[in-house]
Order: sequence, then C-alpha cells, then structure tokens
Amino acid sequence: MKAGARKFGVAERGLLPEGRVAGPMPWVIAIMMFLTVLAAAAGLGLAGAASRFDAQIGTRITIQVVEANPDVRRAQAVAAMRAVENLPGVTSVRAVPEAEVQNLLEPWLGPGGLESDIPVPALIDVDVTPETHRALDVLRRAVAAAAPAARVDDNGQWLAPLASLIGALKWLAVGLVLLMVGATAATVVLAARAALDTHRGTIEILHLMGATDVQVARLFQRRIALDALFGGLVGFILAALVLIGIGERVSALGSELLGSAAVPAPAWGFLVALPAFGVFLAMLVARMTILKALGRML
Amino acid sequence: MGRGGHAIAGVHEGAGEAALNAGSIVQFENVGLRYGTGAETLSDLSFSLREGGFYFLTGPSGAGKTSLLKLLYLALRPSRGVIRLFGEDIVTMPRGRLPGFRRRIGVVFQDFRLVPHLSTFDNVALPLRVAGVEDKDLENPVREMLAWVGLADRASARPATLSGGEQQRVAIARAVIGRPELLVADEPTGNVDPDMARRLLYLFDSLNKLGTTVIVATHDLHLLTEVQRADMLRLDRGQIADPTGALRHPPKRAEG
Repeated sequence: MKAGARKFGVAERGLLPEGRVAGPMPWVIAIMMFLTVLAAAAGLGLAGAASRFDAQIGTRITIQVVEANPDVRRAQAVAAMRAVENLPGVTSVRAVPEAEVQNLLEPWLGPGGLESDIPVPALIDVDVTPETHRALDVLRRAVAAAAPAARVDDNGQWLAPLASLIGALKWLAVGLVLLMVGATAATVVLAARAALDTHRGTIEILHLMGATDVQVARLFQRRIALDALFGGLVGFILAALVLIGIGERVSALGSELLGSAAVPAPAWGFLVALPAFGVFLAMLVARMTILKALGRML
Repeated sequence: MGRGGHAIAGVHEGAGEAALNAGSIVQFENVGLRYGTGAETLSDLSFSLREGGFYFLTGPSGAGKTSLLKLLYLALRPSRGVIRLFGEDIVTMPRGRLPGFRRRIGVVFQDFRLVPHLSTFDNVALPLRVAGVEDKDLENPVREMLAWVGLADRASARPATLSGGEQQRVAIARAVIGRPELLVADEPTGNVDPDMARRLLYLFDSLNKLGTTVIVATHDLHLLTEVQRADMLRLDRGQIADPTGALRHPPKRAEG
C-alpha cells in the first residue's frame, strides 16, 4: 500500500452515517440566519438613511423669509438669493416653488388650506460646502443685510439628533450581526465536537488505517456545510419574506422618513450573500475544530 | 535468525546492543511503555523483526501483548526507548508523517473494530479508499478477498447482522486487502472454528510468502504448529521472556 494519497475516493460520502451529523444544528443556524438577515437589513437601511441625513446636515441650509406682505416677501426672497448665490462656498441656491411648499404644508393645513390668507414663508434651499457650513456667520450677515425678514435655518440643528439616533441604531445592528456570527460559530463548534464524539470509533479506525487529519476533517466539514446550507437557506427565505412584507406596509404608509430607512436594492445582494457566508463560516469553524481535536490524537 | 535454533527470533539481549539486524522492518531498543503514572506495562524491550518474517507473539493475559501491538501499529508512542519502523525512528517522527506509515500496516483488532454503518464490502474496501483508490478499481479486489474469507454472499450485510466469526473474517480481509508491508493481528482466530482458523492462517502465510511481515498475537498453541517457519516472541509481565525459545514449537502433548 503506497503512502501519500491525499483524499478519499468519490465513495467518501458513505464513510459517515447518512442523515444529519449535528442534531439540531441546522435549525439553530436557520434561526441565527433569520435574525442575522433582519439585523443586517436594518443596519443597511439605517446606514443609507444615515448617509442621506449626514449629507443634508453637513451641507444644506434653508432660508425662510417670514413676511406677511406677499410683495415684500417675494422682493426679500430675491434679495436674499442674490446675496448668497455669489458667496464663496455656496454650491447651489434654489427657491422652493410655492407648489412644493403647499405639498409640504398640506398635511397640516389640509387641501386648499393655502387658499386662505395664512401667510406662508418663502423658502430657499442653499447647499454649501462643509467648510462654509462650519462658518455660517458670513452667510447669516449677508442674508440679514439684504433681507431683514429672512431667517437662516441650519437643517443640521433638527436633523442632527435624529441622525445621531439612526447612527446609533446602525451600529447596534452591526453589533447584532457580529453577535449572531459569533453565536453561529459557537454552535458549529459544539456541533462539530458532538459529531466527533458520536463518530469517534469510526474516526479512530480511519486514523489507524492512515487517514490524514485533513481527510477526516473533510468528511465532517462537508456534512456540516450541507447542514449549514439547509439552515441558512431556510432562515434567509423566512427573513426575506418578512422584509418584503414590511417593505410593502411601509410603502403603503407613504412615510418619507420610514421610506428612507428601507433596504436599498443593492443591499439585497449583500443579504443574499449571507447564507453563502454562513456555509463558509460553518465549514471553516468545523474544519478548525476537528483539526484541533484530531491534533490531540497520535 | 536461524530456523532451527532455540533462541527467540530477533531478540537482542542487552540494552546497549549497538547494531540491530540489517534488513529489520521493526527495531525496538530499550522500549518502555507506561500508561499515566502507573507502573510500566512494557519494560526494556529490545528486539528486531526481520523483513518478510512470520512471528507469533504469545504470553499470558495481561502480559502486554496488545500494548506491544499498539506500539507496532502506531496507536501509541512509547514512554521511553527507540522504535524504528521501516528504517525510521517513529518515536520522534512528526505526527504528520505517521499516516503514511500507517498505510503500510494492516491491523486485525482483537475487537474487530468494524465500522457499524458500513456494509461488509465497504468495511473491507476502507483501507483502499483511505489510500485514494478509485471506486472502479475496488470492486474486483474486494470481491476476491470476500470470496477468500468465505463471505462473498455477505457483501452487503452490516456488521451487526454478522456472527462473531464472520466479523472477524471481515476484520482480517480489511487488514490484508491492501497487501500491507507489516501485518499485525491480535488474536485473529479467537472466534472462528479450527478449519476457518487454519484457512485464515493460510491466508496470512500466503501474504507472508509475498513479502509481508506478519506478527500474530495468540493464546492458541495449536496455531504455532501451522506455520513451521514462524518465529516466536513471548511476553511475560511486560518483558520479553523465555530467552531459550523453548516454546518456539509447542510440545506434542499441547497439540492434543
């Protein structure tokens, strides 16, 4: 008998008993994958929302011209625009159309509410560079000189706490995903050890016949990978159904805030990759666990 | 070792013997084995087995025969001393090289150690699969071996459905299927009738004539007469005993 063979033949499938090697491990992985996909989806949605808020916080201000007289309001709005558009660090200036302002106010005033005599401020969106945003006094003085009725609102003032909350939730989601990965790895370690104990007799025989550690580990990692694939797919499909259901309900609400935290389409690619990552992780952990255990044998 | 002598085959008296026999497949020098912190199970074993030899290992129960065999088939490393197998020191050999050596050794375990969920065919094919032989190349040699041990019609049976004697024959077929360079058998005929015992011994004998070194641990004095050219090692309380070789061939009255 010549030494040096590196792997079993195609019949290696039969060397361990048919059926699962690791008891309830596939179902535990299914639960882990379900929770991981939900946490990852939440993290990705929140990350998207956070980046959008960050962009607005860092660069967007709004000038409100609060003047009851519509003629004076229009004149001061034009003056305010001219005052800021040529300032250094201002990247864009846009007068918010009245129709858009009406849309913004309609939830509070109801349809046709603006047809009454309620004075509505003129709004001007101004995008500035982050450096300018950090030193708004120049802009405020220019606006005050040109339009006394104008007020400069820094969007960051009210968006910052929300963005901070969203940022914290995003990192919470990342932490949850990492915890799930750790718990999944621990599950695989326990399952691999249990499988080793269950099949210790077979392993010893293979060992004494000259099977290498890698040959024996390959038997187990293959089986554990199949179990992990099963659990991962079940968990992913259930989580995807939940996410799709939530997405439809959020769409029905029509909430811009909730909508901004929806899972973006490219993020689904990452979520789909999670079961594959789970299988890879299970194989890797199983292999390391088994090789370590076999290393204690002669 | 001469055929007609009275010394135990290959046994070297004196721990400091400088050179062991040329052409030895196994060499023990001052080997001791201790389990845990207990007394030594094997003490000061120094002997060599020549390549192509046929050896019986005898001795009373508890003498250390199975421990000695475990050292030979690399299930244990000694607590002290030097063991050379196939010309290499296996005591200090890195663990990663041991599988290659194990593939050159066939083992018949006293308790058979068949894989319970595998069929007779697959149990016998196991060493070939471990060695990387493709399935298409397994069929003929395994069928042939099963026929040799009288189990051609039990190829698909699981060990649990086999009798003790049948299990023993599967274990023997598994040990010899790969034509090992060294065959180690622990009480290989303990569960078979005298006719089958002779047949199995004939199988070992045939393998030996093809070049395999055979060492058979047995209590069965009848077996010792079956292979006339065999040498004997006798263990007693963990040490090579009977240096006069009086038991090399049992007296006639013991054959009765």
